[in-house]
Amino acid sequence: MSFNDYLNQNDIQAVLNRELPSEPDPILMILEKQELTTADFQTFLTPRAANYLEQMARRAGDLTLRHFGRTILLYAPLYLSNYCVNHCIYCGFSANHTIARNRLTPDEVDQEAESLAKTGLKHILILTGESRHHSPVSYIKECVQVLKSYFASISIEIYPLNTEEYHELITAGVDGITIYQEVYDEAVYRELHPRGPKRDFRFRLEAPERAGSAGIRTINIGALLGLADWRREAFITGLHARYLQNRFPEIEISLSVPRIRPQYGGYQPRFPVADSDLVQIILAFRLFMPRAGITISTRESQYVRDNLIRLGITKMSAGSSTRVGGYAFNKNETGQFEISDARSIAEIRQVITASGYKPIFKDWHSLEAHLS
Amino acid sequence: MNDSFLIAGTQVKSRLFLGTGKFAAYDLIPQVIRESGAQVVTVALRRVDFDTPGENMLEFLPPDVILMPNTSGARNAEEAVRIARIARQSGCGNWVKIEVIPDQKYLLPDNFETIAATKILAKEGFTVLPYMTPDLIAAKRLVDAGAAAVMPLGAPIGTNRGLKTKELVQIIISEIQLPVIVDAGIGKPSEAAEAMEIGAAAVLVNTAVATSQDPVVMAKAFGLAVISGRMAYLSGLGRPRQYAEASSPLTGFLRNDVIL
Repeated sequence: MSFNDYLNQNDIQAVLNRELPSEPDPILMILEKQELTTADFQTFLTPRAANYLEQMARRAGDLTLRHFGRTILLYAPLYLSNYCVNHCIYCGFSANHTIARNRLTPDEVDQEAESLAKTGLKHILILTGESRHHSPVSYIKECVQVLKSYFASISIEIYPLNTEEYHELITAGVDGITIYQEVYDEAVYRELHPRGPKRDFRFRLEAPERAGSAGIRTINIGALLGLADWRREAFITGLHARYLQNRFPEIEISLSVPRIRPQYGGYQPRFPVADSDLVQIILAFRLFMPRAGITISTRESQYVRDNLIRLGITKMSAGSSTRVGGYAFNKNETGQFEISDARSIAEIRQVITASGYKPIFKDWHSLEAHLS
Repeated sequence: MNDSFLIAGTQVKSRLFLGTGKFAAYDLIPQVIRESGAQVVTVALRRVDFDTPGENMLEFLPPDVILMPNTSGARNAEEAVRIARIARQSGCGNWVKIEVIPDQKYLLPDNFETIAATKILAKEGFTVLPYMTPDLIAAKRLVDAGAAAVMPLGAPIGTNRGLKTKELVQIIISEIQLPVIVDAGIGKPSEAAEAMEIGAAAVLVNTAVATSQDPVVMAKAFGLAVISGRMAYLSGLGRPRQYAEASSPLTGFLRNDVIL
């Protein structure tokens, strides 16, 4: 059963649309449970549960410590291309923006990789806009070949592919996929994606499972927070994560909590998410999915990131640029969005260490690369 | 007390094995090893960063430890075999702890694939210590496959729940001739002692030490508990009884057994 079919089952829809009881749910009792039901998870996302953030944080911190120890995995994004045919109204790379478009040549990818690898990073996330003309799968494969000699783990955050294409990239050396549904509310999705192939809600929704069927090792999903009611969006994101974990028990599932950031185009979030809301989402995710990774990017401020280290976060991007060629070529290009935490990798490393955690640079190594 | 044991011909002096994941800093690891007295140390090859000085955990291990790289991240036998070969090629020695985990939810191992990997690696000359769900038949198959020891779990990894599988581990200890090392789930020194009291050859601990408030002191506590449990086992524990022993036994009259 696909996630789309799963989501449309009667019992899931009933939980999704249930009238939450007006009497306070026994949040402290739910906190003692070994495994949470979907309804328990939903309870943790209610306004009432916000009164129990400290208790939730203690339990979430304990679970994270037990399953991940005092460690934070570091990674950085690498933008290959910003050509895009989509018209996402919240994105700096939208096709209707007249920004400079660029695509790195394999030589330029090599230089970017060299700059980035000097920082010690071993895990990399490569990104492109959606353009099968400018950044086809063959181009991405070519870039992966170059990047393989610099990095131990390569993940992709690109347009959704079909199963065979995912398989092709996995064989080339990609081990992870990040894909945000952006918004799980289909009506809002259609409104925010007026033109372009991204308009196909279901093709995007089922991309993680296609990558799973193709044999990917890690899947990272998320909703872009601010586009729709965050309680409902976070709830469906959690359901999606648990669905993927149950269907692909061997895959490492992670969740991201990206809050929308200022970007070229100036879209303002309709449903702003406060710091306390963000914390509530992270804690609910951890309690519902104790072994899932939780990723926080440089979209968040130094203050928020430093304080989230103890609350359930397991991965952080660092020293990031959201511009094509942002590491080796100091061109004045437009980024996909403005980052908030601009500290270098060395600085982030220091902060994590000072918090009593170990920054981890390497947590996997492609098995093909080594023996060939 | 000289109470060493053999794994594939190597004398192992300490019956506490340590895992190196989850620590807040690598420079804690040598102190933890020293205080606990541990000699066999397992390291996830996936985490070993050979290229970056200061980030290569192996640099932090005292020279006299026995390094046991593990195949964390392997989802099947083939991946475990590849990781083991990479470990050997990278100079991590001949020992390998096989970990094949196709289940991220509970992190339970796949005994079938573990047996398959053990067979291949033992033939290639590795000293193979497979991590397993405690199952007697699987343990026997691992013996046949050439394992040097078996490592049944006490409870799922990282749960600190203790020796939940005690009955099954006890059966394996009684029935197979190889050292049985309880791996995973041990949350307290008393539980490590419990495993030793029932005759385990050793225990492997990681989470309980690495995530405690003071890993160095906790490591020492585990080291002492393991010695204590082992001593109790060697001195022959009193068998637990369900009923009080009557001072006037019911069959006491038979002492004057008369043959008619």
